[in-house]
Amino acid sequence: MSPTADPEVILEARDLSREFDGVVALDRFSFKLKRGEVLGLLGANGAGKTTSMNMLLGLTTPSSGSIHAFGRDFFKNRVELLKRMNFSSAYTSLPGNLLVWQNLLVFAKIYGVPDHKKKITELLELFEISDLRQRVTGQLSAGESTRLNLCKALLNDPELLLLDEPTASLDPDIADKVRKTIRRVQSERQISILYTSHNMRDIEEVCDRVIFLHKGKVVTEGTASEIVAKSQQSSLEDVFIKIARSGDIVE
Amino acid sequence: MNFRIISALVLRYIFLYTRTPMRLVELVFWPVVDLMVWGNLTMFLQENTSAQFAHYLLFLIGGMILWDVLFRAQQGVAISFLEDVWTRNLLNVFVAPVRTVEYVTATFVIGFLRICVTVLVLSVLAFVGYHFNVFSLKWSLIPFFVNLMIFGWSLGMISTALILRWGQAAESLAWAIPFFIQPLVAVFYPVAKLPIWLQGIALALPATHIFEGMRDVLNPVIGHASWKHLGMAAGLNVVFMALAAWIFASTLRATRRKGLLTKFATQ
Repeated sequence: MSPTADPEVILEARDLSREFDGVVALDRFSFKLKRGEVLGLLGANGAGKTTSMNMLLGLTTPSSGSIHAFGRDFFKNRVELLKRMNFSSAYTSLPGNLLVWQNLLVFAKIYGVPDHKKKITELLELFEISDLRQRVTGQLSAGESTRLNLCKALLNDPELLLLDEPTASLDPDIADKVRKTIRRVQSERQISILYTSHNMRDIEEVCDRVIFLHKGKVVTEGTASEIVAKSQQSSLEDVFIKIARSGDIVE
Repeated sequence: MNFRIISALVLRYIFLYTRTPMRLVELVFWPVVDLMVWGNLTMFLQENTSAQFAHYLLFLIGGMILWDVLFRAQQGVAISFLEDVWTRNLLNVFVAPVRTVEYVTATFVIGFLRICVTVLVLSVLAFVGYHFNVFSLKWSLIPFFVNLMIFGWSLGMISTALILRWGQAAESLAWAIPFFIQPLVAVFYPVAKLPIWLQGIALALPATHIFEGMRDVLNPVIGHASWKHLGMAAGLNVVFMALAAWIFASTLRATRRKGLLTKFATQ
């Protein structure tokens, strides 16, 4: 299936479906992510967010459907396309025995970052963790570790960034700093971001558009305020609870 | 294949080893313990046997050192993969623009470096402590090492594939697999001493021909490795490497298809 010809569409999924042992994890999920847009994927546990993210990274193959990134078939050009993308998750970490700068140096070399020393310094400053450069990665706090993961994710100046619950397990202060930094970098560099979170504040502050998933299907989509208005709920969190419990935004 | 990516992955392992001295101890400690056991046994047997056979008994030390070549090569591949699992770094690597062949090649290089460290230490200690000169294997030394290393890499890929397939519960296979085949490859005794029905299986493994070849070199009556053994080892290694690559690649594909990779990597 050929992708949309619009060069502004950075990532396009069409009819993505995935079954695990007869259980439908994702059912004909389609979306487009435009250049410089931040798209939030929301849904309760088991809604299909992580499955979608894993397929978009090539970690899981879809049962059917297609993914195109930068207008090219993702599965046929995976390695080439991954050079223009990056990923950060609260559920992965960098090797704990290595120093912070060693971890960043290794990934800078993998991504072929020119002038990597300057880039690493720049990113550590951006996330206010320059003082951690010589620290052992395994000794970092959750907040420091998250910011280090984000430094790694921005090393190659990605055009497309996939963020899986980047503020999970962060205190409100650090989460706020992380959100603001992500938003600032995103708007300066016009990065397209696919963002999953259980934190409604994250979604409201960072995402331009939101897709709600429930049991692998799209329930609703739009801006956070549109969805709140459409569902006649008082907040996005209420919409989330509503969908998680009834599978729809209206009774 | 991108050598920059391979060198970056190798650099990561080097950082890991230099940052964690216990890992270097592991590279040296167990081999030295083995050397002491087999070295002292050899000396004891040498004192209680004929002068001609006494020299031949050095094959016990030679076998032990060559076995370590195979074992370290296998460990280089399997343990390097497990390092990524243990540090929850596997996803970071698998979503980076790293081709499978680059990842595997980096683990081969680590296997080679592990061999260099271990064999260097063992060679010096074996010479000083037990008068076994690894260079007494003459020119055969290089094909012996190369063939055992390649077979170790193949076993490493198969071990990794099994861990990928069965998850972390199967990680003990990273250590166990070489020892499953150790009795078959006749490290410390001639293959003729195996039951007849096992000899065919033993001779289908490349390492068996290397250990037979080593004993031929140390045997004062023969004194050299036969081309037949070296040729068989090389040929079988081609078959095993192709088989291991196929098993690894198809397991990785199946792991992606079943969605096991992410579950496994974030456990």
